[in-house]
Amino acid sequence: MLTILFDGIAYGMLLFVLACGLAVTLGLMNFVNLAHGAFAMAGGYCTVILVNRWGVPFFAALPLAFLFSAAIGLVLERTLYVHVYRKPHLDQVLFTIGLVFMSVAAVDYVMGSSQVFVQLPGWLQGQFNVAGVGIGRYRLMIIVMCGALTLILQLILSRTRFGSRLRAAVDDARVARGLGINVNRVFALTFAFGSGLAGLGGALGTEIVGLDPAFPLKFMIYFLIVVTVGGTSSITGPFLASLLLGIGDVAGKYYVPTLGAFVIYTIMIVVLIWRPQGLFSRGSAR
Amino acid sequence: MSSLPLQAEAGARFAARAAWHPLEVVFWAVALGSIYLLPGRHLILTEIAILGLFALSLDLILGYAGIVSLGHAAFFGFGAYTAGLLAKHEIITEPLLALLVSGAATALLGFVTSFLVLRGSDLTRIMVTLGVALVLREIANRYAGLTGGADGLQGVEIKPLFGLFRFDMFGHTAYCYSLGVLIVLFLLARRIVHSPFGLSLQSIKGNVLRASAVGIPVNSRLVTIYTIAAAYAGIAGALLTQTTAFASLSVFDFDRSADLLLVLIIGGTGYLYGGLIGAIIFKLMQDYLAALTPQYWPFWIGLLLVVIVLVGRERISSWTHPLRTLASRLDWRSHRTQSSVLATGGP
Repeated sequence: MLTILFDGIAYGMLLFVLACGLAVTLGLMNFVNLAHGAFAMAGGYCTVILVNRWGVPFFAALPLAFLFSAAIGLVLERTLYVHVYRKPHLDQVLFTIGLVFMSVAAVDYVMGSSQVFVQLPGWLQGQFNVAGVGIGRYRLMIIVMCGALTLILQLILSRTRFGSRLRAAVDDARVARGLGINVNRVFALTFAFGSGLAGLGGALGTEIVGLDPAFPLKFMIYFLIVVTVGGTSSITGPFLASLLLGIGDVAGKYYVPTLGAFVIYTIMIVVLIWRPQGLFSRGSAR
Repeated sequence: MSSLPLQAEAGARFAARAAWHPLEVVFWAVALGSIYLLPGRHLILTEIAILGLFALSLDLILGYAGIVSLGHAAFFGFGAYTAGLLAKHEIITEPLLALLVSGAATALLGFVTSFLVLRGSDLTRIMVTLGVALVLREIANRYAGLTGGADGLQGVEIKPLFGLFRFDMFGHTAYCYSLGVLIVLFLLARRIVHSPFGLSLQSIKGNVLRASAVGIPVNSRLVTIYTIAAAYAGIAGALLTQTTAFASLSVFDFDRSADLLLVLIIGGTGYLYGGLIGAIIFKLMQDYLAALTPQYWPFWIGLLLVVIVLVGRERISSWTHPLRTLASRLDWRSHRTQSSVLATGGP
């Protein structure tokens, strides 16, 4: 029981790191980025290549995965995404689906279609018992790391100058512009940072959720659920939503395996019907 | 008194809009001619007809009512499985009747789920439609006893059409059948979009608030068109099952919904022929690309999507512009002759 809770929390934390970039993009620019998972996949494959082929230590590979995805995010944002911000949602959806298809096929071409794993250092494998609760070492590390990341993010958002600019831009981009905040630059940086976080999440998640070329398609819906349920106005919302989703998904798969994926889809649809205006009111009001 | 000529003029405008254009006649003549002219291509032509019908269904809600759906495959798949189960368990063996029943069943599903897409923004709709398709796919996957799960629905045997025409392996019967269904449903759709009901949909698409301000019951109109579109998609899915005697989980795939959007974007939305023309281009392109790079053709589809959006959808579909201007000019001409009749006969 507690083990499931533990695994669920680890999974939820992971989802949060994967999805929080999307929450900010959606909240800030009202932009639907279905290709968010592609950045996570980039980070994951970057780690796999670094660790398995070049023998880079796992913990050295993680920041590199972050930088790699962030760099891709920054380049794509400046060259392609910029042109799509002002277009209707349908165009954004088509555009990002196109990116997803391209990334899936390209990775398939370069890396092959089979699932890949990262070779973990020995001390991260296996699990130990604390008061009868089985705790996986790797999952514990994920919780610690992602928890720390969440705290740092919260501090950045609430304490730094950049954070207050970002919050101002999310609240009302037009007024923020009027106050002399360079919203586009804030957004480009945030986009890159969010992509980087996704890449880090992808790197960390390889062990838990697996990694194959179809990753962006498989996890698209999870990211969207986190953002839908959590809202986009703060990072606490997506954080709680991620935990809820993580625990719900793990528990659902454990207790009612026949229903498995129903649980999360149903949660999503119920929430959307329950609070149709509240969840995206920010987006639709603009 | 004064409202009468206005009404008559509106009616005349209406009739002019709904008039058949010569190019439309040519289009359908070519489609019918392909039965005799391209006997070796009936298999792919069948696929085109089915995809065209599916795209027509999406055009009804996207192009006319402005509902963005990313899960239209839900209805396609539901119809496909319904037709498959009807045939497999020999509940209804007459294909045409089974087709209608599948369409009706899907319409019911569309009616129930339509209430989910009434509220919220585009984004909420995208998510909800996607969610519905995922849930259905999961159901088909889990209840393997009924649907065959990941192996697909096997052992489907389709009886001869009307008890006379057997479905042959060259797809001759299948093509005639699909084309016939497509034509009938197209005529129906044409009638729908040119009716006052269709116009009210377009005004809803234009501006929901204004539409409700002039007294259009927005929600019931959207429910209706969503239900109709679901039935269309279900019939398209049922056609696929009947012509291939097989249904698999791929009918619910996200790719199918996404490809469908691409089809519609290529041909142009809000114009019934868009889906059909898009289907022809898409299938031919897919055929060509799949032969070129069997495994990686989604890459080129993705690239096409990105390019289309970056260049601009309007500019892409503007290649149909000459056709449309010609059509509207003819409309205008016929409209003027009618209104001059009105003007002379009026006072």
